[in-house]
Amino acid sequence: MTTTTPKPATPAATSAPAAGEVTFTIDDVEVSVPKGTLVIRAAENLGIQIPRFCDHPLLQPAGACRQCLVEVSTPDREGNLRAMPKPQASCTLEATPGMVVKTQRTSAVADKAQHGVMELLLINHPLDCPTCDKGGECPLQNQAMSNGYATSRFHDVKRTFPKPLAISTEILLDRERCVLCQRCTRFSDEIAGDPFIDLQQRGVRQQIGVFDPAVLGFAGSDRAETYRGVQPDGTPLPVAVGQPEVDPRGPVGMATLDTSGRAFASYFSGNTIQICPVGALTNAAYRFRARPFDLISTPGVAEHDSNGAAIRVDHRRGVVLRRLAGEDAAVNEEWISDKDRFAFTWQGMPDRLTVPLVRDRAEDGTPGELRTASWAEALEVAAEGLAAARAAGGVGVLPGGRLPLEDAYAYAKFARVVLGTNDVDHRARPHSAEEEAFLAHHVAGSRMSVTFADLESAPVTLLVAFEPEDEGGIAFLRLRKGVQKNRNRVFSVAPFASRALDRLDARLLAAAPGTEPEVLDALGTPRADGVLAEAGQALDASAIILVGERLATIPGGLSAALRLAERTGARLAWIPRRAGERAGVEMGTLPGLLPGGRPVTDAQARVDVAAAWDVERLPAEPGRSAGEILAAAAEGELGGLVVGGVDPVDLPDPALARAALERVGFVVSLEVRASAVTALADVVLPVAPPVEKAGTFLNWEGRPRPFPQALTSTAMADHRVLDALADAMGTMLGLRTVAQAHAEIDAIGAWDGARVPAPAVAAAQPPTLGEGQAVLATWHQLLDAGRCQDGEAFLAGTAQRPVARLSPATGAAIGVATGDAVTVRTGAGRIVLPALLTPMPDGVVWVPVHSTGSSVRPTLRVDAGAVVDVAAAALPAADVEAAAPTGRRAHAATTDATTTDGEVL
Amino acid sequence: MATTLSPVLSAHWDADRSWTLETYEANGGYAGLRRALTMPAADVVTAVKDSGLRGRGGAGFPTGLKWSFLPAPDGGPRYLVVNADESEPGTCKDIPLMMANPQVLVEGVAITSYAIGCHHAFIYIRGEVLHVYRRVLRAVDEAYAKGYLGKNIQGSGYDLDVTVHAGAGAYICGEETALLDSLEGRRGQPRLKPPFPAVAGLYARPTVVNNVESIASVPSIIANGVDWFRSMGTEKSTGFGLFSLSGHVTRPGQYEAPLGITLRELLDMAGGVREGHELKFWTPGGSSTPLFTAEHLDVPLDYESVGAAGSMLGTRALQIFDETTCVVRAITRWAEFYAHESCGKCTPCREGTYWLKQVLARIEHGQGTLEDLDTLLDVCDNILGRAFCALGDGATSTITSGIALFRDEFEAHITGGGCPLDPAASALFEYTPRGRADLHALSGVPAGTVGA
Repeated sequence: MTTTTPKPATPAATSAPAAGEVTFTIDDVEVSVPKGTLVIRAAENLGIQIPRFCDHPLLQPAGACRQCLVEVSTPDREGNLRAMPKPQASCTLEATPGMVVKTQRTSAVADKAQHGVMELLLINHPLDCPTCDKGGECPLQNQAMSNGYATSRFHDVKRTFPKPLAISTEILLDRERCVLCQRCTRFSDEIAGDPFIDLQQRGVRQQIGVFDPAVLGFAGSDRAETYRGVQPDGTPLPVAVGQPEVDPRGPVGMATLDTSGRAFASYFSGNTIQICPVGALTNAAYRFRARPFDLISTPGVAEHDSNGAAIRVDHRRGVVLRRLAGEDAAVNEEWISDKDRFAFTWQGMPDRLTVPLVRDRAEDGTPGELRTASWAEALEVAAEGLAAARAAGGVGVLPGGRLPLEDAYAYAKFARVVLGTNDVDHRARPHSAEEEAFLAHHVAGSRMSVTFADLESAPVTLLVAFEPEDEGGIAFLRLRKGVQKNRNRVFSVAPFASRALDRLDARLLAAAPGTEPEVLDALGTPRADGVLAEAGQALDASAIILVGERLATIPGGLSAALRLAERTGARLAWIPRRAGERAGVEMGTLPGLLPGGRPVTDAQARVDVAAAWDVERLPAEPGRSAGEILAAAAEGELGGLVVGGVDPVDLPDPALARAALERVGFVVSLEVRASAVTALADVVLPVAPPVEKAGTFLNWEGRPRPFPQALTSTAMADHRVLDALADAMGTMLGLRTVAQAHAEIDAIGAWDGARVPAPAVAAAQPPTLGEGQAVLATWHQLLDAGRCQDGEAFLAGTAQRPVARLSPATGAAIGVATGDAVTVRTGAGRIVLPALLTPMPDGVVWVPVHSTGSSVRPTLRVDAGAVVDVAAAALPAADVEAAAPTGRRAHAATTDATTTDGEVL
Repeated sequence: MATTLSPVLSAHWDADRSWTLETYEANGGYAGLRRALTMPAADVVTAVKDSGLRGRGGAGFPTGLKWSFLPAPDGGPRYLVVNADESEPGTCKDIPLMMANPQVLVEGVAITSYAIGCHHAFIYIRGEVLHVYRRVLRAVDEAYAKGYLGKNIQGSGYDLDVTVHAGAGAYICGEETALLDSLEGRRGQPRLKPPFPAVAGLYARPTVVNNVESIASVPSIIANGVDWFRSMGTEKSTGFGLFSLSGHVTRPGQYEAPLGITLRELLDMAGGVREGHELKFWTPGGSSTPLFTAEHLDVPLDYESVGAAGSMLGTRALQIFDETTCVVRAITRWAEFYAHESCGKCTPCREGTYWLKQVLARIEHGQGTLEDLDTLLDVCDNILGRAFCALGDGATSTITSGIALFRDEFEAHITGGGCPLDPAASALFEYTPRGRADLHALSGVPAGTVGA
């Protein structure tokens, strides 16, 4: 902490600064700061604003823009104050004892230096503020007002560039606006580790750019396609409109593919826009859409993953126009992923449900068409139907994994109190009984046992079935910060080293899907050698083990992880993908768990909750899991289903889910947008997306992430709809408001009784592979075909192209080289993707779970660990070149390079 | 008493095949290395410190002191990097030296490396001078073959490898930290200091970066002794140096003389200013040093005296301009050079040189205003001491000093609508000035194109 004290009368009266503290003077105010503090930071803490561009508190000092010059004197050996001959950049200068700093407030030299640098920055800066996206919130504009001259003496010719340069489909660069502060390149290099843009050329022609041969001047380089702007609906302008296809003046267009065949892109590229101190970096979707002073900003929390990143939602007249990273030092610092930033159109798509829908049934029970209905009617129909279904075998509840804790709590209570069942499970993904035992034993009620700060400080982190970037988002950035800053070590049990693992300098404990328990059990035992021995030695009580939700699909995986944590003393944390998973665990949307982590099987726990809910008793038997609910429904054992935000494609067996929804007697769907469930539901009750309701996400740490309602809306949150539905069924749920939910949750409190014992599931035997067979490895990529990314084509353009990864030996065995097409087949269907030979265990094939052209569950109907057939296939001729590693073609056919057979819901 | 020349580095430039190891050895070469290898390394450092040798690359920092800044050995590598990226307009001492006598540099490298405990030294040569690059490569080869480099040098047990590296055409890489970045394979842009190269230089290891001439002076100090070296020069600027006379001078070339010699003495030896003409202005140390005039003919050319007279000794690149020269034209050419060579890292240098260049070009062609002169001076003031490294400072030196000394001539361009002087008269050869349009036609860049 920085403290300020009035300047003492004599230097002798200064009390000795605390150890590691430095006392010095800024603008006649004496200040004590920790050793190593930069002068600009110390001034900030005093409330003295020194203008700056390149300086950013989370980036390494650069000293490039020279805007923050101050006058400095330091004591010499005899203690006499000596002025430094030149003004110093306060963003690179560490405070030293006795230093005297004069900023522009007290020094004419500093003030003149700052005005001079500002004038120089502006000579080549265009006067396009009225049309620039940054105008109105622009550090250059603001500081030109506060620290610049009103007029310019520059009468000569400004430097210009063809514009804009498309860094990616999402990020556009207007180079003439750039002040070359290098914040974006330093972010890419230091924080994200994706140096997809860098400085090029020199002097006044220095510019930020992608690896574009046309800028860098390689002979024979192709010029890429021109960005032409977009139509109001977001689709690119057609070729016939606007500029010619290839800009004759220069290299403007798409990024070039790198040697791996990927376009230069980054999951974190949007942060460069936000930290750009001028309007040089913009994004395609927001460009020219709004003026910042017309926007209303509401703080929010990102709904796309379990990190709970702070965001800012900027909206105008009820429409969200953009989202920015919020600042939360404890969680996301100032960074968010591109998915958090750009994927918000889904909640305002034309398929939004706004009014309740009811499906009439003919006398014989044949379902008819959905029709709109009043809330009163829809609730009445739903209440009657659910009451009948409750009597006819019971009702299963599938709330989905994206809910704030208030909504999750409402589902948990609704299932038990209104439907009288424990058949509730939010896990709309592959899951297992072992996982539920793990969650009940280890996760529920252990909030904040591992935090983001711990990811940064733990000297060793072991990742198990957790791809840190694709499945972790900004958790990856924290891990990387720890690796960069504290030289932390990361080990990962995974089939191959992804780019994320490379950027974490991670050591790979190569494991085919299904062999994770074996690897974990080997750690720290005498039979371990090589990297296994190294990891075993590194794991101790200071280490962290991070397991992903995928480990649930590996029999014995979570049991082995618990054993490993027990054996080494390392802390074990579970990072699921979805925002609502942790809230579901804590609020009791699991068949064996009641709110607060109370086991259903514990009589005392049931008494606690029954008393709080004012009911006589609660069902005592653990209910069915999501898979079991669907199986039971498909068998006709269940009378009805209440389904929240669940996309059947995400479920372990989408075909079974479809069968269940078709077969079951009565389906109530609570959804934001029309979905595959809507098409089969009897009553559809529209609910609010996160921007239209207040709530609290519980992130993977277990940290509450409250967010207010951003948009005025008549849409109701799930808890309020459930409350009304309960009312219609004659039960008082008491959850009309967020406050009511909070009061109840607080009253129930945490469970201090016995925990569920740890699961002890044995690992499965590895399968034997026949010729042309491989074990399937698969996980979600951060940007894929998920419904929450709908409507954002620019973002979709930055997604990684789906590929099938094989080891070179496996590829050779089936005659496939990198770029060739490979077929992955089961009895249910097949996926065809370009192959990418990757160092990984032989006999394993990896494909993304749900990317365009690679939808594993609906197509193959299996999951990781299953045996699949792999074979060479033919790609359409046009796509072969696009897939080739050295291909220079821009993106014409990237996502269509695949074909998908098999039934897709 | 007139000062006389003191050829040491250039003593045998006129020998037959002066660049060969054979010639070098025949003239007493490698005596210094043999001697040094018998001395404790610390004594070599002390000898160079005591000699008072100061950096010959321009800044004049005491060479021995620089070496002693290296932290105590920690078992890891430490490096010597020789800055042979001589690129400043007018400066031409290292390149002739390496051309005529590369072995003295190699010997200096060996002695210095031995002194600072370095086992891998680098010579970073300006890439454009391919012939010099080849010559130094060959010299290093020869030295390896004769056991002056490589394993167990001259049976001493001391090992040294030398890598000769060619730059890729950037003046900024003469700045020592930019040179290190370039040598590491990055963009050549100056690094933030601290840490200084002595602490974290090449590959983040302790590194000494010295100029060619500084390193080449070391063998003679070790061979002939500190007192011999101190007998030349002044008290604070000891020893000898190469003075490169160019421009309107009868016999241009390298004049190796004790520091403290005056231009008047040097001009006497060089046959004076071009016949029939008189001195108008000159640079004492290359294009980044403030201009001198005939008034300064008797300023002793040592670090202190030149500094006291308002300029810098720099690289002792004495460019002589007689009265036929348009000072605006000369300064504009230099300003164009700096705008072309600015690395772009910091605002003052990147934007400032771009601005200065345009204003000066307008003035030169009679399209300036009197206000432009004040703007020039103020922009220079906003660059000087505000830029990241010294390149920006150097870009302003000739402009501020030129306007101070020749304001009338600048004003004559503005009020007279063009240059009052005939460019052909200042040329040393048959020359017909081209119009700007022709220049553009030659460069292949359409007229009106903006950018350096």
